[in-house]
Amino acid sequence: MSIDRRTFFRIAGLATLGLAIKPGFEVFGQGEDVVDSTAAMGRPLSAKRWAMAIDVRCCLDQKDCRKCILACHQVHNVPDFGNPKDEIKWLWKEPFDRAFPEQEFQHLPEDFERQVVPVFCNHCDSPPCVRVCPVQATFQRDDGIVITDQHRCIGCRYCMAACPYGSRSFNWRDPRPFIKNIDPKYPTRTRGVVEKCTFCVERLTQGLMPACVEACAAHALTFGDLEDAGSEIRGLLRRRLAIRRKPGLGTNPEVYYII
Amino acid sequence: MYDAGKVIIGLAIFLVLITFPVWYTAAIGNASYVPDPQIVTTARTCVAPTVYMRASHMELLNQWRNEVVRRGSRRYTAFDGTVHEINLVNTCMRCHSNKAEFCDRCHNYAAVGQPDCWNCHVAPEGDGR
Amino acid sequence: MLEYALRGDRRYWSWICALLGIMVVAFLFYLRQASYGLGITGLGRDVPWGLYIAQFTFLVGVAASSVMVVLPYYLHDFREFGKLTILGELLVIPSIIMCMVFVIVDMGQPSRILNVLLYPTPHSMMFWDMVVLGVYLLLNIIISRVVLDAERKSIPPPGWIRPIIILSIPWAFSIHTVTAFLYSGLAARPFWLTAILAPRFLASAFAAGPALLILFCVILRKVSRFDAGHAPLQKLAVIVTYAMTVNVFLMLVEIFTAMYSDIPEHVRHFQLMYFGLEGNASLVPWMWVAAVLAVLALVLLINPRTRRNEPVLILACSATFISLWIDKGLAMVITGFIPSPLAAVPKYRPTVPETLISLGIYASGLLIVTVLYKIALSVRERLAV
Repeated sequence: MSIDRRTFFRIAGLATLGLAIKPGFEVFGQGEDVVDSTAAMGRPLSAKRWAMAIDVRCCLDQKDCRKCILACHQVHNVPDFGNPKDEIKWLWKEPFDRAFPEQEFQHLPEDFERQVVPVFCNHCDSPPCVRVCPVQATFQRDDGIVITDQHRCIGCRYCMAACPYGSRSFNWRDPRPFIKNIDPKYPTRTRGVVEKCTFCVERLTQGLMPACVEACAAHALTFGDLEDAGSEIRGLLRRRLAIRRKPGLGTNPEVYYII
Repeated sequence: MYDAGKVIIGLAIFLVLITFPVWYTAAIGNASYVPDPQIVTTARTCVAPTVYMRASHMELLNQWRNEVVRRGSRRYTAFDGTVHEINLVNTCMRCHSNKAEFCDRCHNYAAVGQPDCWNCHVAPEGDGR
Repeated sequence: MLEYALRGDRRYWSWICALLGIMVVAFLFYLRQASYGLGITGLGRDVPWGLYIAQFTFLVGVAASSVMVVLPYYLHDFREFGKLTILGELLVIPSIIMCMVFVIVDMGQPSRILNVLLYPTPHSMMFWDMVVLGVYLLLNIIISRVVLDAERKSIPPPGWIRPIIILSIPWAFSIHTVTAFLYSGLAARPFWLTAILAPRFLASAFAAGPALLILFCVILRKVSRFDAGHAPLQKLAVIVTYAMTVNVFLMLVEIFTAMYSDIPEHVRHFQLMYFGLEGNASLVPWMWVAAVLAVLALVLLINPRTRRNEPVLILACSATFISLWIDKGLAMVITGFIPSPLAAVPKYRPTVPETLISLGIYASGLLIVTVLYKIALSVRERLAV
């Protein structure tokens, strides 16, 4: 049989490609096996629409208090790199006019001028971060909580670009050496993935309130189900005026700042 | 065949080299080494039969991961009807509590690489990092 | 045909070795980045995208620009571009490969890149970007291979290649539009949230790409026996002129909307670029140099007497390319993040590893360009003999 070199290589190449057919089918044809889990152990908290209300005045009364931040960062193994470039923060405090830059405040009352409010992920109803994630690593649960699946995150940081509130942090380095006390019950993250506030989903399944809500000494944080007309948060919003961050962008944030 | 002598000698050398792992391990006596993972626990069964776990624990772990993270459910009903909480540290590691004596014994021997679970999930009793 | 790239004179091989040297250094720095993390770059929580993604954006434009030689030749039978189309089509390959490498280098978990295909997400522009870029690369590999092969055998290319070439024309427009959509759909970044971003991207691409092609043709005339000819280069120069005019017009139009409306969210970004904002003035000299170069380029290109003078044309094309690189490959991405959503003014400066890795990727692109052009021109030279 006479065959020229070019044809030989062409056939060999195609034959090698054929080796990819079976694995290709296995990977792309995979359905997701659902493990049937029925009975509930314990009483996890559930809601149709989780939301948080922050009574700004209660918070302002506590000067330099960081209990919520410390609780959150301790329970979730959030590292402290010591510099603003690599910083990871799930929950932090911003000066009032920085938390609401779209207001372009010119004349604030004295107490608002000097104090700071807690800011974190708003778990928006129409989250832009979920819309842009190319692998659905950031997704929204049925109860409204926006979660990042760090097993799937490819670290492209598109969600960070899309978040209008700057709520998301990226692991620019290996976080483990920078975590003061690693809590073994919760994973750390690894370099190269994005993370943010999760409304403490792992605590909700155990029937516990988010760590920041429990830690707040002034009970300034109220966490509850917005769709439940009898919930504490709905009652609060009925009585007091609340604003949200950058509402004009259409994200429909679910963190209410009661002023 | 042209250069038959050279070709056959070359083939022979090639065969010797390519089967090196086989005859070398047989020669130094390691062929009979079997990894021996240790479990120190009072529980009698795992969440699935041992035969299944030995072959497919990674598939179960992937299912569990999707169930918890993406579907928000932490309940797993095992083959014998018991309901377990899906939790790497509180369920799996409660029995297999020493990574070095259990997981590493097989993973190091088979050199399937350190599964990068431990980059994030905290291995109990130190993770050697 | 690859064997043509293995035959060259000493000048050719020293060029190849220089490029390989840069690539090796860059690769070593990338290994350092892979072990330390992306923190080795100047990127940070407030500026998560920087030099790498900016180069990706610029190079998608260069890749799309091949349509400016393909469209006249294949759609309008403009015979003068006959010698140039293969160069335009071949330029796409290293451009898209460089785009992909820049994205991989920028990713936090590059080993998971296949997740984009395993979990397709139609509502994410990044998913579509990967799809259209991949298909465009494939299209151009097939097109250039088949056309060059046919040329080598001195036969007309097979009929089925023509619809594929025609498909690549709107596809070129689409790749840069999708890349623009990556930015222009984000409510979080008012600097990018403008409908004019996609037209501006296309205009700057169609100016920068052909300008680069002109410069390549001039270099090829010096290092090989290939001469594109005066008329085709002039036509390309006209294309660069129109595209650059449109681009500068669109830029001025953007400045008008921002400055006249006086909306702080928009004004602040332009303030940062041209005058500095709250102590961050690192972009200011770059932007003014880009502005001066753009004006110089336009003056030299619009005036037919200077455009027809080749040394001046070389200057004009270089000015065009550098000005557009500063605009897209430096300013655009970074300015989108400053000021931050919380009205902070962070600083961003690329670090040495970041810059060297970027240079290494550019070197790899130049290597691929060199090899591909060597092959194409060798085919032509053998035919000429």
